[in-house]
Amino acid sequence: MYGSTNLSEEDAKRMNSTVEDPEKLEAFESRIARGEKIEPQDWMPVEYRKQLIRMIEQHAHSEIVGALPEGTWITRAPNFRRKLALIAKVQDEIGHGQLLYSAAETLGKTREEMLNDLLNGKSKYSNVFNYPAKTWADIAVIGFLVDGAAIVNQVINSKGSYGPYCRALERICYEESFHLKQGHDNVVYLATGTKHQRAILQDAINRWYVPLLHFFGPPDKMSAHSEKLMKWKVKLASNDDMRNQFLDQYVPKIWELDITFPDPNLKKNNDGIWEFSDPDWNEFKRVINGGGPCNAERIAVRKFAEEAGRWVRQALMNPTEKYVVPLA
Amino acid sequence: METLDPRIKRLSLKPSTEVEKTNSHLITYEVFHQEKRGKHVTHVGVVHASNPEMALLMAKEVFGRRGKTTNLWVVKTSDVYTFSSEDEDMFETTPEKTFRDPAYYKVRDRIEKFQNKSKV
Repeated sequence: MYGSTNLSEEDAKRMNSTVEDPEKLEAFESRIARGEKIEPQDWMPVEYRKQLIRMIEQHAHSEIVGALPEGTWITRAPNFRRKLALIAKVQDEIGHGQLLYSAAETLGKTREEMLNDLLNGKSKYSNVFNYPAKTWADIAVIGFLVDGAAIVNQVINSKGSYGPYCRALERICYEESFHLKQGHDNVVYLATGTKHQRAILQDAINRWYVPLLHFFGPPDKMSAHSEKLMKWKVKLASNDDMRNQFLDQYVPKIWELDITFPDPNLKKNNDGIWEFSDPDWNEFKRVINGGGPCNAERIAVRKFAEEAGRWVRQALMNPTEKYVVPLA
Repeated sequence: METLDPRIKRLSLKPSTEVEKTNSHLITYEVFHQEKRGKHVTHVGVVHASNPEMALLMAKEVFGRRGKTTNLWVVKTSDVYTFSSEDEDMFETTPEKTFRDPAYYKVRDRIEKFQNKSKV
């Protein structure tokens, strides 16, 4: 749920009741069915625009907020090589935020509106960033597994129907593959290191296991579905399918290091489907609604940056310039 | 505020500060990137900046961080003129204009026919 495709009950209801011009809708849907992309100047259903804005905006906020727990470790990186990699990764995340805000802007919501909505709590970001990075091993696990989960989600979404979002995601996936590799390198280094290094890695994996399962959103049987979002290629895979793909790709890479996950029921069954103990979905809801260990800190830091940097932006502002929606 | 980050601790942030809303916007620039000398300069995305120099700086950070770059261009979005997407159909018949393609002009058959005829 980098950019969550789960609908609220209200949204699901409205989606089925909004009436669109049938001729335009048909042309729009057949364009998508032919595998063509939708571009910003095209006609699109109100709900398509709305859901995409919500999803891309959430994704953009996730990139920006996601850089915070990692950024705090730059000063404490264990050596120069790791510090260089971490600075590069954090800068990438902010760059990804920039790309995604622009993509969302092409749909008609301004960047300032999005930033305001992040600060006033109207817009969400991924739950996974509301957990603390306690030790250096957390940075290794975030780089490998949180970015790994994000890549599963983003590669799938890059096959979607909205041109600007797909273009941004293609660039993002390319850059994230570096995050993944340096994260894996970091994890392997700890796992093959001293007893203490293995212990902090195991501890970090234990703490990130549930947030990682939560990452893809509630199980399919619990989430509001929309056939339309699938048809419009806004949602391309179900939460359970993405979660399964993630487990399939990454669990063996942790197990081969003789590190475990804190779940005795985690195993691949004969059909190739991963089984695991249902994580606490009430915790997921609690964290979304502001109750996670770091929600308040993340927003407070963003507010500080916003306020401390305001005078610079205001000094640069040219009052005769008008905001124009980006082209593509 | 409870935090694990020493730098944030030093800021002594309070969780409830109201933020004054920002409603002013910087200018949007379309960014064009040239990967190598001799290659086309292609559109890669958008940055927000207060002036062209800042836009170039932002473009360098967002689109020139890795890989090869020889140059970047920035153009104010409001200075770009485009066709309406509803006019896309004006290009519809272009692919049918095969007489503009080199492959349309095939003479080998005719030459062979001519040569066979003159042998007789």
